[in-house]
Amino acid sequence: MAESIPVEHADGHADHGGHHEMSFSEKYIFPLDHKMIAMQYMFTGMFMAVIGGFFAYAFRMQLAFPGINVPGWGVVTPADYNALVTSHGSIMIFWVAMPVLIAAFGNYLIPLMIGADDMVFPRVNRLSYQIFLLSAIIILASFFVEGGAFGGAWTAYPPLSTKAEYSLTGIGSTMWILAVALEFVAFLLGGINFITTAMNSRAPGMKMWDIPMVVWMIVIASILFMLSVGPLLAGGIMMMFDQQLGTAFFDPDRGGDPILWQHLFWFFGHPEVYVVLLPAVGIVADVMTVFSRKKLFGYKTVLYTAIGTGVLSFTVWAHHQFVAGIDPRMANVFTVTTLLISVPIAEMMFVYIATLYGGSITFKTPMLWALAFIFEFLIGGITGIFLGASGNDIYMHDTYFVLAHFHYTFYPIAIIGTFAGFTHWFPKMFGKMMNDNLGKLHFWLTIIPFNLIFLPLFVLGAAGQHRRIYDYQNFPELSLPWMQDLRQLATISLCVMLGAQLIFFYNVIKSWMSGPAAGKNPWRASTLEWTAASPPPHGNWPEGLPTCYRGPYEYSHPDHEEDYWPQNEPA
Amino acid sequence: MSARPIATTRSAAGMPTPRLAVWWVIASEIVIFGGLLGSYIMHRIAHGEWAEYAANTNTMIGATNTFVLLTSSLFAVLAHQAAERGDGKTAARFLYMTTGGGLVFLTIKAFEWTSEISHGMTITANTFWSFYYTAAGIHALHVIAGMIIMLFVAQTAKRNEDLHRVEIIGIYWHFVDIVWIFLFPLLYIAK
Amino acid sequence: MTAEEHHEPSFYVKIWAILLVLLIVSVLGPMIGIKWITLLTAFGIALVKAYLVAVNFMHINLTPRYVVYLVTTTLVFMLLFFAGSAPDVMKEHGRNWEKPAWIATEAAYQAGELDLGHGHGGDHEAESGHHGQSEHH
Repeated sequence: MAESIPVEHADGHADHGGHHEMSFSEKYIFPLDHKMIAMQYMFTGMFMAVIGGFFAYAFRMQLAFPGINVPGWGVVTPADYNALVTSHGSIMIFWVAMPVLIAAFGNYLIPLMIGADDMVFPRVNRLSYQIFLLSAIIILASFFVEGGAFGGAWTAYPPLSTKAEYSLTGIGSTMWILAVALEFVAFLLGGINFITTAMNSRAPGMKMWDIPMVVWMIVIASILFMLSVGPLLAGGIMMMFDQQLGTAFFDPDRGGDPILWQHLFWFFGHPEVYVVLLPAVGIVADVMTVFSRKKLFGYKTVLYTAIGTGVLSFTVWAHHQFVAGIDPRMANVFTVTTLLISVPIAEMMFVYIATLYGGSITFKTPMLWALAFIFEFLIGGITGIFLGASGNDIYMHDTYFVLAHFHYTFYPIAIIGTFAGFTHWFPKMFGKMMNDNLGKLHFWLTIIPFNLIFLPLFVLGAAGQHRRIYDYQNFPELSLPWMQDLRQLATISLCVMLGAQLIFFYNVIKSWMSGPAAGKNPWRASTLEWTAASPPPHGNWPEGLPTCYRGPYEYSHPDHEEDYWPQNEPA
Repeated sequence: MSARPIATTRSAAGMPTPRLAVWWVIASEIVIFGGLLGSYIMHRIAHGEWAEYAANTNTMIGATNTFVLLTSSLFAVLAHQAAERGDGKTAARFLYMTTGGGLVFLTIKAFEWTSEISHGMTITANTFWSFYYTAAGIHALHVIAGMIIMLFVAQTAKRNEDLHRVEIIGIYWHFVDIVWIFLFPLLYIAK
Repeated sequence: MTAEEHHEPSFYVKIWAILLVLLIVSVLGPMIGIKWITLLTAFGIALVKAYLVAVNFMHINLTPRYVVYLVTTTLVFMLLFFAGSAPDVMKEHGRNWEKPAWIATEAAYQAGELDLGHGHGGDHEAESGHHGQSEHH
């Protein structure tokens, strides 16, 4: 393995040790370069997204057309159904949102945006991806062991998750825990790398307030992750002992306490929402300023609200447990904190709308995604306020209203935010422009079906449709004709949306192969990554690392004749 | 040795990158042990009868192990001090002594556990013993990890290379020591 | 590696000696047999020891201030976790639930019939029955 991180000169030769050509495996399979590791994370995440989407398709087909022989899967049995919904949730959060939003964009953007040649610990970075890949393999392999994949929902509440005689997936549930725990270790390693890189390796002259928002957000998210995941890691070990050694940490029949697991899980689980939200918010900030040619309105406000959201997110976790019989006095406290957390997020939304106000907006594909993020996330956020009130939540809990609510938050985060970032930085990543018309077609064919999937589910949830039910025909009051119609509408919309992703993949491959060359700075953006070549070579700036002179969003500045003022341009 | 990226050599936050990183590692470890020990303390306060189970732990063995870890921490800090003087050979010798301390700790632990398990106090006996073995076991894994890393660091320190690593592994080792400082009263003294 | 970090070996040995004295006190504390003194010597001294190690061995006071804030933040979050979880975990029954093993053990403990080492009763008796001997002497 290459011990050195050679800084290449323009002629492609390594800086150290004379002539050192990297072999294929050094460059693509075991790379140390942050950009290649980012691509590994990105494409692994996309691959897992396809799998997670396929799972959603299989169980939605079962819900809309009970007992149908689903093309591509077969008949969905009850055990299949449980395994599919559990894996869909776990994969979409831990193996799609986290690797793409934090690891892929973090790895790609942090060194480029702060003007460094690589992450501070390239080998830890590589190790982080390898552990992540191992965890992905384990979660997929659990489908092929005896009993099948774990079916106890992504929250893994005991005793269902700890006792094989209840879950019927003795090995599968342990593999699930192991995969999740390894994934956490991977992101702890990656997170330490992101935090220390952004803290220590900034370009000369780059002060706290000159750091682009997306870097700030990924770093804050990594810190949140790091501070919240510990109890769940400990809890994961306890649960694994419960499953395999026969301890009784979470078994009330033998002196344990199942509610302890819920606390351990949600103490991580709620900050986790903000862990994935913040990078998406950062991406949107960068995209919006570029495509409205305006300075970010209230840079420090966004930053302080992000930190405030982060701190508050540690105080709201028990709102997931209102029906678990928790102490009612605590339920009051958690209701108040939950409603409070909407304040900084709302403030952030206002700041973004103020950024758009008076800007010269161009509706390129990335901008459409960024605007859709604000719009769709608002729906998710507002329905969250209904659920945060403990009195209302007792009725709404575990219905499709909750499900539609968190899909209206996670979908904008994990899918819309990712597409905004991916289409925005595609020219930098591959040196080619994407086709804008195909991009817009893909955008509309994703956004409209998305709303048609989840708006009906709000209605169904408010009508009392519970989650985690295999076949609603067993419940006459939940299988009225109009309800089944709405279920079919949601499922058909899902199929349309999944099909529309083919346009995206076609566009990526086509543009990568034969798109027009992008040049260094196709969007005329001012942050540092646009001063490197597209795609940046090993070492990012072989001619010498940049120096920073001003803030990241100097668009339409009155003292500068061009409408953008690169961060590295001396005054 | 390897040429590092320029990024690694910068220190805009006023601290060398490795030392900064090890403090972040420690922060993430604090919450892991915090979640586990917090759960233990909740149970311990709520269950009066756990005092009876805890009475079966051997305070003298726990105290001996505390002594061993404190002493190994002294060696670790002396290694750091030698490394600062640029004396890699002495630093390596102190690191080997620290590793030896870890080995003594684990050996004592092994005898202690063997005796307890042979008396029926297994990890499944009741929730107190489950916490006892889980907490001490996770701590022991950290001791083992620290020892392995320390042997690698000693190898390079002997050749007077990468002497800053001596301090980094030392900080980690002291943290493992502090965890034991809290495990000792939690599992052994409070009865 | 700033200049003020340099201490003579004798300084570290002195700290180590103080730690050992504290260790002996914490072992002797419970022998007095008063509960609050035991708690004080056990956990008060653990805090003092941790402080001594963090300051003198880890040199936390010589690192930039934010490291102290970081470590404090993690501890505060752990307190928060404790405060939010303990009200539920520390109750034997709440709204619509109870912990049968807890109630049974508590009753046995009050009656002085606690089976040490053989758990909280219930179906576990059968599993651990083969351990045979009790560790209680």
